[in-house]
Amino acid sequence: MIAKYALRFGALGYLLFLLLVPVGLVFYRTFEHGLQPAWEAVTTPQALHALWLTLLIAAIAVPANTVFGVVLAIALVRHRFPGRGLVNAIVDLPLALSPVVVGLALYLLYGTGGWLGGLADHGMKILFALPGMILATIFISLPFVVREVVPVLREIGTDQEQAAETLGASPFTTFRRITLPAIRWAVCYGVVLTTARAIGEFGAVSIVSGRIEGKTETLPLYVQSQFEGFNTTGAFAASVVLALIAIFTVLAMRLFRPKEGI
Amino acid sequence: MATNPAVPVSRPGAVANRAGGALARGIAVGYLSVVVLVPLAALIWASRADGAATFWDEITKPEAAAALKLTLVAALVVAAFNAFTGTAIAWVLVRDSFKGQGMFNAVIDLPFALPTIVAGLVLLELYGPNSPFGVDLAFQRAGLIMALLFVTLPFVVRAVQPVLLELDRDMEEAAESLGARRLAVFRRIVFPNLLPAILSGVALAFARAVGEFGAVVLISGNVPFKTEVSSVYISGQIESDNPTGAAAVSVVLLAISLAVLLAIGAFRHWRTRHDR
Amino acid sequence: MRRISLTFLPLLVLAAGIVVGAHAASAKTTLALVAYSTPKDAYAKIIPAFESTAAGKDVSFTQSYGASGDQARAVGAGLSADLVALSLEPDVSTLVKKGIVPSNWNQNSYHGMVTDSVVVFVVRDGNPKKIHTWADLTKSGVQVITPNPFTSGGARWNVMAAYGAQRAQGKTDKQAIDYLKKLFKNVPVLPKSAREATQVFASGKGDVLLTYENEAIYANKKGVHTEYVLPKQTILIENPVALTKNGLKHSEAKAFLKFLWSSKAQKLFGDTGYRPVLKSVAKSAKYKYPKPKSLFTINSKSLGLRGWKSVQFRFFDHSSGIMVKVIGH
Repeated sequence: MIAKYALRFGALGYLLFLLLVPVGLVFYRTFEHGLQPAWEAVTTPQALHALWLTLLIAAIAVPANTVFGVVLAIALVRHRFPGRGLVNAIVDLPLALSPVVVGLALYLLYGTGGWLGGLADHGMKILFALPGMILATIFISLPFVVREVVPVLREIGTDQEQAAETLGASPFTTFRRITLPAIRWAVCYGVVLTTARAIGEFGAVSIVSGRIEGKTETLPLYVQSQFEGFNTTGAFAASVVLALIAIFTVLAMRLFRPKEGI
Repeated sequence: MATNPAVPVSRPGAVANRAGGALARGIAVGYLSVVVLVPLAALIWASRADGAATFWDEITKPEAAAALKLTLVAALVVAAFNAFTGTAIAWVLVRDSFKGQGMFNAVIDLPFALPTIVAGLVLLELYGPNSPFGVDLAFQRAGLIMALLFVTLPFVVRAVQPVLLELDRDMEEAAESLGARRLAVFRRIVFPNLLPAILSGVALAFARAVGEFGAVVLISGNVPFKTEVSSVYISGQIESDNPTGAAAVSVVLLAISLAVLLAIGAFRHWRTRHDR
Repeated sequence: MRRISLTFLPLLVLAAGIVVGAHAASAKTTLALVAYSTPKDAYAKIIPAFESTAAGKDVSFTQSYGASGDQARAVGAGLSADLVALSLEPDVSTLVKKGIVPSNWNQNSYHGMVTDSVVVFVVRDGNPKKIHTWADLTKSGVQVITPNPFTSGGARWNVMAAYGAQRAQGKTDKQAIDYLKKLFKNVPVLPKSAREATQVFASGKGDVLLTYENEAIYANKKGVHTEYVLPKQTILIENPVALTKNGLKHSEAKAFLKFLWSSKAQKLFGDTGYRPVLKSVAKSAKYKYPKPKSLFTINSKSLGLRGWKSVQFRFFDHSSGIMVKVIGH
């Protein structure tokens, strides 16, 4: 009996001190001096642009990873092809790889002297510009839609799809009317995870961004630059915005979570 | 009309399906190449650009080696710690029942959704020099460990929860009715079923801890030989205009990530052995 | 499908609102300024001042601040820049070598240097550890914060100030290098830029911070509880600004460069803690800074300082520099 309560309070206490109190503290510190300074800090042109840029990058990276995620999932589950195991491993790699390594890889590829460094000379700025940041974000948020859709595709099997094919349906119709409805909740959940990861990205983007204020500074990068510049109110206010987005994401995760967990 | 899989089906839908499949695979592989493969190839290429001797020098340099060692040890410690706390939390969230349980369940996902730099900032505020508790873990390994514990929290919990949920309670109840003590029941009946899931979660937590940057960069202070982990070291090498050194250490981290993925695959294989 | 759009809809609306709100009327020319970590406040005042002149009427700026060496590296790797404002000459020289900055960038009466400063000791309020001299820095139990010389310009000024101070007190080259070894034994952490070093010191780490005088003044302005000591021997810091070859294409960039040496801009530099280089401003009472007893420069041959070209290689080369041995444990 005691064991049950000890376990409960131990576990909850751990969560409280590691998770809830720190996040609560940042809300407290932000509004410590009132609503007005926090509001002013987070509505400066630089902060607003950082927020806009963060959302813009997510608005491009997430649909890309969703569309290609579904295509990849179908290819992995429905078709046997050589190198399938390798593709599987590559898709999962961003989950296990340090974002700094991702940023460095892009830096080496698109920087002056890199294999694709010449693109910049022809007016296509990738590194230290928006495209590089989008590529970094796509890389690190790649796996989620695929990983959510693959088990569902496996589970539902091919019976219905084969039946449709037998009845003469084109592959696109089969996809649209049978496959897609079956995977839509998995896709939703994957989209939520992808969006969260894309918005929260820091390490890879900090290497490829160039820190150009008002141009290549995302909201997480803005938090760091404000903190370093002794503008703690600005840093905390931006953190609160990101924390609110995170909380919204967590609720969405709860809503869409498939019964089997992550 | 049964379809014989050995005989190719020659309906237009089937042909288009296979052509569509090939196209889909082609697009998918192209996407993966542009986004993942080519950059990683450039990384590996850059690491050997100055020769194998330089590569070896760069990863065995005192500061690089110390960072690597610290990274692996800290990740192992944190992953092992998570094996216990993660299982305990999963247990409390599945087998226990209390008010507010739903909220605690939702909160587990917060470290995943929160940007790592914000996590670092909040931990610095709470456990750093301005701490309301009077502790100061900044610039110390304890601060590093705290940051890593924060970001790795969800992995073991979310890996164990579904397995616990699905577990058939019959065996446990039978054992208990035969007089076995709770701990023995856990050790001999529940735990073996949880083990593959725990190990998967631990592997993911380990990989995350090895690569963590944003949460660590503020509170640990990045003191070389004391609290500097490999991701921070790599970042410093880039800034010091030593991309070859940065690439060399990155290749080591890449190899570790691939090894962890292999391990996770192996655990999954083991876990689903009964299904085959 | 409906649920996907439900999740996205509020985000899209928010994004749209921000887009409409945050985009100012676009100016005709946008210039890219890439600078080292500490002059952000100065340019925050100087850029609007320039934009209110006739030459700066239709000009807007993008700005990037970071460790001097790191920023030079980034520009070398492709970061767009019309103007580079760095901490010290060698960082501009690397860009000349890479063909990004023209080799005649410093052909003016100020040799391309737009501000001056000196290396000072920043200590806690009241100077509890009584740090006044370079010798005090090597006492046991004293923790010194300085940035990493391989990324930060300020760090290199610190090192040469320390070396030069020893030589100014009559020590030999070898003794001065031994001093550097003793000094860096007291350095627990090497932040990547001068600004980050100030942040580290402000957060409670260390007993003394080696930094630019202008950064010490900035820290005080930001409410950090510190004071600073002007050591008896210290080095004259000179910060360069250069147009890149890209910048040369814009007359507005040339105009902005010229503006930096105007009385107005130099006064604004003075207001943010820099020592103005324009003599008329430097002589005025408001911007008269205390003169160190023994002020030397990077060109003080008698102290073994033969200019940045030789010093950068001798001390800060990545493989053979003296600092590699001094810092590496």
